[in-house]
Amino acid sequence: MLQMIDEGLIELNINGETRKVLVRPADTLLFALRERLGLTGAKPGCENGDCGACTILLDGWPVKSCLMLAVEAVGHQITTIEGLENPPIQQAFVEKFAFQCGYCTPGFIMNCQGLINNHPEADEATINEWLQSNICRCTSYQEITAAIKSVLQKNPA
Amino acid sequence: MIPFDFSYYRPDSAGEAVALFQDLDAQGKKPLYYGGGTEIISMGRHNNVDTGAVIDIKSIPECGVQEFQDDSLVIGAGVTLTQIHEANLFPLLAQAGARVADHTTQNKITLGGNMCGSIVYRESLLPLLLTDCEVIIAGPGGNRNAPVNDIFDKQVQLNRGEVILQYRIPKSLVNSPHVHVKRTKSEKISYPLLTICALNSGQQVRFAFSGLCGYPFRSKEMEQALNDTSRPADERADHAISQLPEPMADNLESSAAYRQFVLKGSLVSILNELGG
Repeated sequence: MLQMIDEGLIELNINGETRKVLVRPADTLLFALRERLGLTGAKPGCENGDCGACTILLDGWPVKSCLMLAVEAVGHQITTIEGLENPPIQQAFVEKFAFQCGYCTPGFIMNCQGLINNHPEADEATINEWLQSNICRCTSYQEITAAIKSVLQKNPA
Repeated sequence: MIPFDFSYYRPDSAGEAVALFQDLDAQGKKPLYYGGGTEIISMGRHNNVDTGAVIDIKSIPECGVQEFQDDSLVIGAGVTLTQIHEANLFPLLAQAGARVADHTTQNKITLGGNMCGSIVYRESLLPLLLTDCEVIIAGPGGNRNAPVNDIFDKQVQLNRGEVILQYRIPKSLVNSPHVHVKRTKSEKISYPLLTICALNSGQQVRFAFSGLCGYPFRSKEMEQALNDTSRPADERADHAISQLPEPMADNLESSAAYRQFVLKGSLVSILNELGG
């Protein structure tokens, strides 16, 4: 049984590396990434699971890191925006002007990468359903949709 | 950040989880079973959860099952709404779960957590109520099975220390003709003004509702009214609405009058589609 009574060191697999991190059992994964490991790509927005700015990939699926305990992620593969190695979706965001202020961008990109990983032949309805998990207050939704579509069209499964 | 401390446990068996709950409870830790944890974390941030320990059920083997066994579809309480949607073994449940919160959050919310949390809508419970499925529960007295309509009656009816392991859904019903309707005030991702799940079992059309009252429910009186084929669909809908178990909710999502208007139109549409 995995148990964590008080603050202590846990090992997390982040971007292919094993990292030791000092956390409380009640600390969120978002807190551990940003405040303990300096991985500030995942952004704090609402910290309530609504905005998606803190999205990371857990075993390849997008998860809001504000809604996950750091200790809960032990034994799983975590990928943050820092762990992406210039995949096509990042270039597509540039080409399609899919951001303005950029604060929501890492979360959107991680969600898009999750969709590309899991549904490389996603249809319009699936794209819309996935993208509704993130909020862009600059309202770049059309451009973000164009970016993900351009990648899915270029990379048929 | 969650402004208070609690301990975290991830047991590997149901017996270990139940024993741990009893031990922590005796220590005054007010333990909570932890599925996806979305509600515990979001409410914990606002100090609206009071616990000194959480017991994560996701490593209990029974809680992760999603497969057909004999005449049943067995789904573990720790299976996420996304996993249910991706597998699509029970399409009505897949559809209902796909409208709870947003897609990314569905990767975290579990079937058991959606039923046992404190947010009243519990929309993934509706298809389970329609199938009269069996709930497998572990507790201090050992395992027991109970019909879902006994385990959920206005609220979850579990004894202290009990945890839901699995749902055993009759295989004969998972592909029955069905309709899922969710109406919200404006946004697609929102709490429901109303959610209706309907399933034609072959003998009758079954209905379960969320958003109409302070809890999700399935009502025999309403089903009887809706299946009275001697009357036209709009009269059946009116009669069913008069049988609501408590006054129609009147809140920020919708006035009671508008909710009733939407409900009637939805019921008539469902009856026409499912041929009840």
